[in-house]
Amino acid sequence: MIKIEDLHKSYPIGKDSLHVLKGIDLHIKEGEFVSIMGSSGSGKSTLLNIVGLLDGHDEGNYYLNGQLIKELNEKKAALLRNKFLGFVFQSFNLIAYKTAIENVALPLYYKGMARKERLTVALDYLDKVGLKDWANHLPNELSGGQKQRVAIARALVTKPKVVLADEPTGALDSVTSDSVMDLLKDINDEGMTVFVITHEEEVAAQTKRIVRLKDGVITSDELTKVAKVV
Amino acid sequence: MKFLFDSDTWQEIYGSIRKNKVRTSITIIGVLWGIFLLVVLLGAARGLENSFNKLFGNFATNSVFVWTQATDTPFKGFQEGRRFTLTMNDIDVLKSEYSDEIKLLAPRNQTNNLIIKDFKSGSFKVSGDYPILDQIQKKQLLYGRFLNQNDILSISKVTVISEDMYKQLFEIDEFPIGQYIKINSINYKVIGVYKPSNTIDFDGDCAYIPFSTFKKVYNTANKVDWMMITGHEGTDIEQMESDVLLTLKGLHKVHPDDERAFGSINLGKRIGKVTGFITGMQFLTWFVGIATLIAGVFAIGNILLITVKERTKEIGIRRAIGATPKSIRQQIILESVFLTTVAGMLGIIFGAFVLFIIDSAFGQGEDAALINPTVDIPIIFIAFVTLIVLGTAIGIIPAHMATVVKPIEALREQ
Repeated sequence: MIKIEDLHKSYPIGKDSLHVLKGIDLHIKEGEFVSIMGSSGSGKSTLLNIVGLLDGHDEGNYYLNGQLIKELNEKKAALLRNKFLGFVFQSFNLIAYKTAIENVALPLYYKGMARKERLTVALDYLDKVGLKDWANHLPNELSGGQKQRVAIARALVTKPKVVLADEPTGALDSVTSDSVMDLLKDINDEGMTVFVITHEEEVAAQTKRIVRLKDGVITSDELTKVAKVV
Repeated sequence: MKFLFDSDTWQEIYGSIRKNKVRTSITIIGVLWGIFLLVVLLGAARGLENSFNKLFGNFATNSVFVWTQATDTPFKGFQEGRRFTLTMNDIDVLKSEYSDEIKLLAPRNQTNNLIIKDFKSGSFKVSGDYPILDQIQKKQLLYGRFLNQNDILSISKVTVISEDMYKQLFEIDEFPIGQYIKINSINYKVIGVYKPSNTIDFDGDCAYIPFSTFKKVYNTANKVDWMMITGHEGTDIEQMESDVLLTLKGLHKVHPDDERAFGSINLGKRIGKVTGFITGMQFLTWFVGIATLIAGVFAIGNILLITVKERTKEIGIRRAIGATPKSIRQQIILESVFLTTVAGMLGIIFGAFVLFIIDSAFGQGEDAALINPTVDIPIIFIAFVTLIVLGTAIGIIPAHMATVVKPIEALREQ
């Protein structure tokens, strides 16, 4: 599903450049539940951005669903994101003036689905994350956990191949964190590839595979107990 | 084009407008004010133009008035300062020599007299005239008729008086036509009552009597006080004026370069000055209106730019979930066009409404300052289309700004 070979990325800072990713090799198969662990500055967010087609890479190869990603223009990237990827962000990133159901339906709008159909599908997914009754509430009327669940519903609504979650529990307390992680687990159980970025051990422990990143290189890549149990 | 008719597109625009009510309304007011000013100013200018036109409307504007003064140059044995008068001979010569240029030529003799009717009296101007006066300056008759050729030929003692004279000399409800009034102790039959023009008027309250009658009664022989000359359409009136004066100078043994001997007014030239003023005012109107409009459009561009900065994150989110740069651009440009269109329409409606009020307040009646303050539909249409084009053009900048920011950078902003 995701295949990365010798990936390099550096950011220009003034005249110098900061070498963030120094040769990453990573292969994530369909249906995996992977977490990328690392302290801040380890390059994990950069990796997610590249995987999420939000940012380009300098060297190396990146295959998404078998397709080599190279010199993508914005339009192609947008189409691929819409087709293959679902995003869950730490700060939820819901659109403040749209209700929960409208937020969930938005990716379908860009897919070109008719409004009625879109809202029906969106409601299904809200139901899936247990927020059917909150469909017509604005984000600021929802709790943090509810917002993140709306965001997850939005990520899922286009039936992506991969769900990319950037610190999905970073802004949540431990109880709601667990419920969000359970939700991601359920999604993975249904066969979707889930790719989580976190710096919390407890969160990483709930995934099936942990890739540790330090200073732009992978230091370890192992299966967790959860995976072994299953 | 399909996206234009997509209810979702409008849903999105409605959403973003609803989110920023204050911003949206201020933006709209900017453009609204511009087009409103344009409409009202153009309308007012048109109204003024109309009222000026009406002012000159009952006067043949291609007219020249000529009278005599005293010479300022000795010539052919005459001293300077010689006074002389125009004669009927001059009229005949001018008529035959300038038959191609002169359309109407009205010699006039005027004096002031006491006019008596029974026990009422008043001092008024008395004017000996030809019927063609009615063609040079249209007389609005309340009762009866103006002088005619028969009156001239039969040297009738008939008169046409003004409305004020009628009110002053007659009893209320007394019908004037057929009654007699005494001018200089001679009875004249009233054949018409006219309403003096409240615009350009050289005569004021005046009793018109046939030229021939005036000549006989006041013993003016061949003398002519002054004359009104109206040129044919397309005649160079200024040229005609100087030619006529030169001919008259020859007839009266006046030095060709004598500046004082003849007085003349070229009505067309005078009116030209006024219409020039109106043209200038219209230009100013256009300038102010369009400048305001452009300022308004720039305000929209500016606000949209701010909005785009404000919405960087939202745009980032949209792009992360699959919005193409094109769809983002379309949305912002459409928002700009929508705002300018709505503002433009409101501006035109308000402008038309204000013109309507101006029309009811100042546009009615005889002395209206602004008659029919209107703006041509094509002008409105052009202004409107220009507005939309400008709205699109100005929307391109923020739309471009929205798409150059990489989604990753947009999302990183808190």
